[in-house]
Amino acid sequence: MTSYFWFVAKRAVLLVAVIFFGVSATFFITHLSPISPVETALGRIANQSSFSPDAIEDMRRVLTDLYGTDRPLLQQYVTFWQKLAAGDLGPSLIAFPTPAMTLVMQALPWTVALLVVSTLITFLAGNLLGALAGYFQNNMALKAFGVVAVVLQPIPYYVVAFVLLILFGFVWPVLPISGGYAMDVAPGWTLDFMWSVALHAILPAVSLVLVGFGTWFLGMRALVSNVVTEDYVTYAELAGVKRSTIMGGYVIRNAMIPQVTGLAMNIGTVFSGTIITEQVFNYPGLGSLLIDAVFGGDYALVLAVSTISITAVGIAIFIVDLLYPLIDPRVKAE
Amino acid sequence: MFAVLRDLVRYNNEFAIGLVLVAAIGIFALASLFSPVDPNLIFTTIPDQPPSAEFWFGTNSRGQDMFWQLSEAFRNSLVFGLTVACISRIIAITVGLLSGYLGGWIDRVLMFVNDIFVAIPIFPVLVLFYFVLRSDMNTVTLALIMACLGWAYDARLIRSVALGLKHREFTRHAVFAGMSTRKILLQEHLPFVMPIVFATFMNNMLWSIGLEVTLAVLGLTDINTPTIGTVLYWANSHSAMVVGVWWWIVIPVVLTALTFLGLFLLAVSTNEYIDPRSRLRRMGV
Repeated sequence: MTSYFWFVAKRAVLLVAVIFFGVSATFFITHLSPISPVETALGRIANQSSFSPDAIEDMRRVLTDLYGTDRPLLQQYVTFWQKLAAGDLGPSLIAFPTPAMTLVMQALPWTVALLVVSTLITFLAGNLLGALAGYFQNNMALKAFGVVAVVLQPIPYYVVAFVLLILFGFVWPVLPISGGYAMDVAPGWTLDFMWSVALHAILPAVSLVLVGFGTWFLGMRALVSNVVTEDYVTYAELAGVKRSTIMGGYVIRNAMIPQVTGLAMNIGTVFSGTIITEQVFNYPGLGSLLIDAVFGGDYALVLAVSTISITAVGIAIFIVDLLYPLIDPRVKAE
Repeated sequence: MFAVLRDLVRYNNEFAIGLVLVAAIGIFALASLFSPVDPNLIFTTIPDQPPSAEFWFGTNSRGQDMFWQLSEAFRNSLVFGLTVACISRIIAITVGLLSGYLGGWIDRVLMFVNDIFVAIPIFPVLVLFYFVLRSDMNTVTLALIMACLGWAYDARLIRSVALGLKHREFTRHAVFAGMSTRKILLQEHLPFVMPIVFATFMNNMLWSIGLEVTLAVLGLTDINTPTIGTVLYWANSHSAMVVGVWWWIVIPVVLTALTFLGLFLLAVSTNEYIDPRSRLRRMGV
């Protein structure tokens, strides 16, 4: 048990480090740049209507005070962490005066739900079929899956999502291609609303599953085809152990270990894919928010989305790491 | 080296297909060196012409010949991928070999940094860089940034091989013979990790070109340099699918898919070649 404790402690230190360095990086990337958030905001406001020079000077003072850009960098950095700890990164510019954090928290559940559901489907289906394909190497149907996986796996998330959009938007319009739920349904815990949400999630989820499937399928197939040549598997077969028991208890159990490590390392990439997919299908998650913020020159919102993304991905990796000892007993035994 | 290639082509269909695809795309991209039109100019020809004998890939709504446009785009994208892959390989090899050979606290520090790089989602960071740099963001800057972000996973792979090499007899001989650490790593250990470097090189190109496509399609790169992504960006911004200029979208998407498939097959088959068990199985020994 103590070794499990140390394992968790080490992972927790890494989690803290990831969040600390990631969030610091976002701060310094944005603050060391010559572009001032105050001037960007002023430029946007002054473009929309004309103001007297005095009014602009007033606004500049208020905005400088708001962003604190007149203070030394180190002090800004400390203030940034204090504000972040309080969950307040200032008001968003594109949805003024809603706090940026509120917008992020509204978008976060959409992204998390999409990410978790599609990752679970991809991971389970890919590993199960991959294991079968590695064990029954002459099965034609499983070989066909292999070809599909090889062809789909290298294609960028964007292209797959875009092809689905064309297919279901122009060629065969049966599924909703835009938004998180239908316009005529009021958000709430009603059956109508949830049905609408599920329908709208199909295409984004399917495009994530299609791209992700190959990684797990090909990886698992290669691992299993190596494990089945091990002596203990031959021994179990000769001893007359049931095939399903060999598969579940001996082959998959051993081949799963690197796959779970892979899952932890893969979450960041999948998260990036989710952001892009959301953008294609106009899904109301973090991705769409981030792109809107960038094009709106919304400093606070960009910072809020980046910090929350890094934190969320770090926590997700931490959770997967905690599951690791359940699959690999050696971590506990050492 | 040549014998390895010959064996791969002879015994590994995937490698052969991958090689043909990548070579075809490479020739297509190199054709842009002899382009009769400047691909950076717009309205040099009649807009919206479907593919024909004169315009093989049609022309787009910006009055560009899609054949030469795509040729230039693929060259830029491939050069971009090669740049990122080369620079990030250098970082990955340095970190991996040093970490594996030296061990101790250097190893721990390097792998800690490595774990952080693996865990940070790269796409939001790249978007952040665009947000800050805006019009200063060009292909070279983007390549440098992505190279600095894309080495971590492969460094760990190289380290795992280097760890095994450290305790081999020849390493001990080299140490006793008075070879410097730099020489041991470069002359003795580097050849052993080269197969992994090749396989990950292809994967890294896939990753970087894929990310560039994504960023460009969203308009988050220099949209005036023709690349695979910016071609799609302009097609989208002219609603090519809606107005019926389908070749503007379909041809780039198909060519991109072929490029990615080719690179991926090369990566997979080299990976398989590294594992002697599967290599022998394929040769039927």
